Amino acid sequence: MSKLYLDPKQVSRARRAASGIADSLQSFILERTTVAVERTVLRLYGLDGVDADFVPLPNVVVDQIKEGGQLARGAARYVINAAIQRGLTVQEIGEQVADGTLDLLEIPMADEATIREKGTELANASLERIRANRRKREEYLQTLGEGPQPYLYVIVATGNIYEDVVQAKAAARQGADIIAVIRSTGQSLIDYVPYGATTEGFGGTYATQENFRIMREALDEVGEEIGRYIRLCNYCSGLCMPEIAAMGALERLDVMLNDALYGILFRDINMQRTLVDQNFSRMINSFAGVIINTGEDNYLTTADAVEQAPAVLASQFINESLALRSGLPEEQMGLGHAFEMSPDLEDGFLLELAQAQMARELFPKAPLKYMPPTKHMTGNIFKGHVQDTLFNVVGAMTHQGIQLLGMMTEAIHTPLIHDRQIAIEGAKYVFHNMRRLGDEIEYKRDGRIVKRAHQVLGEATAILEEVEGIGMLEAISRGMFADVLRTMTGGKGLHGVVKRADDYFNPFETLLRVELGLEAITR
Amino acid sequence: MTSQWKHRDLTQVRPYGDTFDDGVIQLSFSLPIPPGEEAAEAARQLVVKMGLHEPSVVHQQDLGEDFTFVVLYAKTRESVDVTRIKVAKVESARMSFYEINAFIEERIGRKITILGACTGTDAHTVGIDAIMNMKGYNGEYGLERYPMIDAYNLGSQVENEELVAKAIELKADAILVSQVVTQKDVHLPNLAELVELLEAEGLRERLVLVCGGPRIGHELALELGYDAGFGPGTLAPDVASYVVQEMVKRGLG
Repeated sequence: MSKLYLDPKQVSRARRAASGIADSLQSFILERTTVAVERTVLRLYGLDGVDADFVPLPNVVVDQIKEGGQLARGAARYVINAAIQRGLTVQEIGEQVADGTLDLLEIPMADEATIREKGTELANASLERIRANRRKREEYLQTLGEGPQPYLYVIVATGNIYEDVVQAKAAARQGADIIAVIRSTGQSLIDYVPYGATTEGFGGTYATQENFRIMREALDEVGEEIGRYIRLCNYCSGLCMPEIAAMGALERLDVMLNDALYGILFRDINMQRTLVDQNFSRMINSFAGVIINTGEDNYLTTADAVEQAPAVLASQFINESLALRSGLPEEQMGLGHAFEMSPDLEDGFLLELAQAQMARELFPKAPLKYMPPTKHMTGNIFKGHVQDTLFNVVGAMTHQGIQLLGMMTEAIHTPLIHDRQIAIEGAKYVFHNMRRLGDEIEYKRDGRIVKRAHQVLGEATAILEEVEGIGMLEAISRGMFADVLRTMTGGKGLHGVVKRADDYFNPFETLLRVELGLEAITR
Repeated sequence: MTSQWKHRDLTQVRPYGDTFDDGVIQLSFSLPIPPGEEAAEAARQLVVKMGLHEPSVVHQQDLGEDFTFVVLYAKTRESVDVTRIKVAKVESARMSFYEINAFIEERIGRKITILGACTGTDAHTVGIDAIMNMKGYNGEYGLERYPMIDAYNLGSQVENEELVAKAIELKADAILVSQVVTQKDVHLPNLAELVELLEAEGLRERLVLVCGGPRIGHELALELGYDAGFGPGTLAPDVASYVVQEMVKRGLG
């Protein structure tokens, strides 16, 4: 029963349009691969490490195949062929390509069936590691348990993974449920994943597989001590989206930011590149049991939150439809939204409540990611703490899934160790003290909150139907999202997009399709 | 006593809590030691070493991992002579949207071009967007809305070289650089580099160069070789008023 009296017919109209948008995008996506997708395949086969110039081996190998003009057939084909013909492991192949002693395109090809059989066999073995991680998480959740929803999400951002560990463990003891390690600013635009443990970064810490491993170990340790599973979050966004998704799957991350539209609009990443990358990323996230977080909240930081509300909802519908096509269950869709309206707005709280309650009703199973005020934080930490408290009240009343805690020092610096404590203490007070308030409340049928929800849903439906008519890529090209205009061939990373050959080979994709029940969707 | 409220002695100014000259200061910080009496005493001693007196720990909180957060009050006997303070400030008069456009028409006689960008690795466009974007911020239109200004928002993560190339291509009259990420002072070398590049191209004197961000002030901007710096709370008319008046002052019309 909808507390907002939302019209089910209107909702299905919106969903149908989003579905149409996703279908036409999906056929575009499935005709292409990217350098990042191919590097991901190699990482999943276990290729790791860097060459003498610190270039990651997955880049070295994919570049050799791409320069030889054969990437359209899939990197797996050439690496598996080398494994068969030379009796090498994938790691040894990478090392020999890096030191210049092996040219993958010069090795005589084994027959197609043998390559496919061997490629699938090795891929299955790799997927087993991810499956084991999933089991391990489930085991922890059963033995240790977890905090109640909304999960309290805080960030660490020292630049030094070892210092991050200290702050993350402190935050877990203070009551945090999810620790996100903010990435170093600029990582989204580099076309390789840095390697090893890192101790320097700006505004955050590089996402590397070793950094993931170090933090995972620390959170398991503190989680066992305090008797609560602590989830780890990082960002599979930017030019290396699927590679980082694979690293997250291999190191048992639990939550990952993943949103192509965010990269297109706010990082100027080429739309073809990142949409193809996103699809494979989400298949991996899905299989690994990772909750994705989408970036709709960002529309609100650059444009007016009251006006952009329908665009946020429209994007949530599109993200839902796209995620379903990557096999992601609703329980893993952390669709994003935010409490970003101006505090000077009369009855602004009512509009925020309407938006959050509507998202809750429209995506009932999704662990919605609710973002705190940032745009209207001023440096007045005392007022900021009150703004964060009102945000927490909406989160409590509307049963959000993941509450990204606001910091009173937002707009001043990355959180100091006690900023997190103050935020967690305030949030726990609200969530505990108002736990069932939302269940006690009904909204006036002709009241402001209900009217606002209807207006936003109506406008979101109109946006979706318009986008469906012209296609998503064209809509972005016309600047229909967040007032930002991006073109098909503009932005970073287009050179890494390749149209698939008829005999394109990616055994992970094939296996994941079966695992995720996606065989029905073909290209 | 009443006279203290009306006729304040600006040569000796102290913090005010609830009594003149009480010198009350509120502090909070964390220490890398476990909570307890020792932590409270450590905080008190530290505050005394800062030159404060009568320190009183009103709250301490265990942060875990052997860290303790403390809230204290203390007092200072120090004072400052406000009559002798000199601060570098942007001196131009603030004009409205209409006044700025009229000023450009009358005093410059052509449309002016302003580029804005978040440079280096900085991806936080919230500041530059507030100044540049059509819709503006807090009730003030952004520069894109000004009929007499051709405003180009180049967005985030713009390299200094790219910005200089654009400035040449578009014959910019002014450049606005936004820097939000200031952790470990990453913004300083980046801001200084732009000045060097502009000087190398012989452009520095031919345009108005402005930087802004939450941790940027006018004084810092001058030190770095900029014409002006704008901190938090700045809106489009503040920046535009300065730019157009500076252009006229320097004969850049």
